[in-house]
Amino acid sequence: MHRRTLLTGAATAATAAFLGFRPSILRAQPAPLKVAFVATLSGPGAALGNHMRDGWATAVKQLGGTLGGRAVETLVIDDELKPDVAVTKVRAALERDKVDFVAGMVFSNMLQAVYRPVTESETFLITANAGPSTFAGKGCSPYFFSSAYQNDQPHAAMGQAAQDAGYKRVFVLVPNYQAGKDAVAGFRSRFKGEVVDEIYVPLTQLDFSTEITKIAAAKPDAIFTFMPGGLGVNLVRQYRQAGLGDIPFLSTFTVDEATLPAQGDAALGFYTASTWAPNFDNPHSRRFVETFEAEHGYVPASYAAHSYDAAHLLDAAIRRTNGDVSDKAALRASLEKGDFPSVRGAFRFGQNHFPVQDIWLCKVAKRPDGKYQTETVKKALENDTDSYAASCRMG
Amino acid sequence: MSLSLVLVQLLNGAQFGVLLFLVAAGLTLVFGVMDFINLAHGVQYMLGAYVAASLGVWAGDFWLGLLMALPVTLLIGLALEWLVFRHLYQRDHLAQVLATFGVILTLDEAARAIWGSAPLNVPQPGGLPGGIEIMPGLIYPVYRLVIIGAGLLVALLLWFLVERTRAGMLIRAGASNAPMVSALGVDIRRLFTAVFAFGAMLAGFAGALASPVFAVAPGMGDNVLILAFVVIVIGGIGSIRGAFIAALLVGLLDTAGRALLPDLLRLVMDASSARQTGAAIASMLVYIVMAAILFFRPVGLFPGPRA
Repeated sequence: MHRRTLLTGAATAATAAFLGFRPSILRAQPAPLKVAFVATLSGPGAALGNHMRDGWATAVKQLGGTLGGRAVETLVIDDELKPDVAVTKVRAALERDKVDFVAGMVFSNMLQAVYRPVTESETFLITANAGPSTFAGKGCSPYFFSSAYQNDQPHAAMGQAAQDAGYKRVFVLVPNYQAGKDAVAGFRSRFKGEVVDEIYVPLTQLDFSTEITKIAAAKPDAIFTFMPGGLGVNLVRQYRQAGLGDIPFLSTFTVDEATLPAQGDAALGFYTASTWAPNFDNPHSRRFVETFEAEHGYVPASYAAHSYDAAHLLDAAIRRTNGDVSDKAALRASLEKGDFPSVRGAFRFGQNHFPVQDIWLCKVAKRPDGKYQTETVKKALENDTDSYAASCRMG
Repeated sequence: MSLSLVLVQLLNGAQFGVLLFLVAAGLTLVFGVMDFINLAHGVQYMLGAYVAASLGVWAGDFWLGLLMALPVTLLIGLALEWLVFRHLYQRDHLAQVLATFGVILTLDEAARAIWGSAPLNVPQPGGLPGGIEIMPGLIYPVYRLVIIGAGLLVALLLWFLVERTRAGMLIRAGASNAPMVSALGVDIRRLFTAVFAFGAMLAGFAGALASPVFAVAPGMGDNVLILAFVVIVIGGIGSIRGAFIAALLVGLLDTAGRALLPDLLRLVMDASSARQTGAAIASMLVYIVMAAILFFRPVGLFPGPRA
């Protein structure tokens, strides 16, 4: 009897607190929004994760620590490039910290690990880099958006660039794993000339002299390669040292601002394909590069730009709903509008929530201050929609 | 495939082998003399590369950086031995593997904290002519000849030290019966410390030499370490001569596999699957050979003093 009285009393008090006080507290000072920013921040892939985290931080700081007028708290999560770790940490963020958004995602296999837990809890997931075909096509979700690109697009753009340049014989060199094979498929979807040879190397390859000898013997018009991170540093240095620099070096994710400090002069004049480069001539991009370099002391790569854009995307969308993130349908409609000040200029989403955008052919250059960056050469693909968008049916 | 192409590929293989020998020499020395499994050898290789790169940038010259990296890696080796490794000599191999693996994790993250995750900028070796054109359109960088020369010099130096000097005699004696050497009035601990520090310096030297060619990044030693273990297992643990021959063998095999297998397989299967199967088998080749050698000659080709 005694206990029941106590329980009733407590319940009444709680109800009173809920009905009477909470709304007024909310009105006075709404609880800050919480965003889980997931990136790989340790291990070999950490350089890209750092770019992304710093890009996000630059935008949030620029917006005065708010998104759409509401204070925002970012929980930075290191997925350690381990799917089980990513799932555990993201679940904790969803269930314990009740985050309103999950953003970031460097690697596709990390995105694949957290995709269902996040979208099934009806939390919006914004990828700022990884864009595997599964979630661009049949597996698309109303709760999933990309501020970056679909994985195939840069490779296809490079294929188009090779085609436009009139190269007849191209030598292909990629690592022997799924992303390497996807790169070749993407390149060949647009390049119609002859592929002289395709070489697959292990992800742990150190010395490329065997492959470089083969390239020299084949005398191709150009080479196409996809060698992320340290692989790219090894290849670019050794390619240049072997005197092959005159054979055009077409690449994706091989020469970018994350690896250029190590590649230096060896990468000058080498090509890459990207949605954005630091020399983009629009006020928003210029402001981003300026602020980013002042705060973090290095040149931002497109990974940083896409994270910066993810923050501005959320900012604009939340502003349009007047800070309300509880009405998911309204928030989704607002996100789908795109329409935010992107570093890429105008920005719009396709029906699968991936950007419809230009992909540029870019070239490595040395700036007057001695730092290296990629610079746009020309549009390789204009208003490109990825090839999976058509099979996406939002439920 | 023309004859000149075969010769160039042979050269590539030999050069990769010599580089592997530089890393494996210190490892096999420490294992052979002290019966100590040092997984952290790869980390010492990484530190050598980092120290040489940083000092090279600071001094404005790659060679000065390389030179200064030697005493620094020697000191790091001494410090590690004093802090961690000397407490493990009496333990079994499993304890050594666990503890030195812990050292890998700690130092990899330390390198990341100090130098960042992105690959490091390395000054290119100056004062060398660019290279020799060994094939139309293909230059063989002179720096790679320097690496080969350095590897051969280290092999000679080690042979001389171990076989022809008093210190080497003590090392060989210590390897076969440490308590007896100790009883004869030689401070075996100090000898072991010296051997360990020298091994660390060799690893650091290899890292410093490799830094203009390979990416200097956290964890760069881990790939090399695995190959170095393959080399010393094939060569016979503890044997310098075995390590040298095995390193050349591994370098040549790896290169031959990568150069030839995809083309050979094309004779029996279609082009695209030949490429991928060829690449897969080529990357496994050295491990397959190691397994075969372990099966037929478990002590390796040239067993060292402990076998």
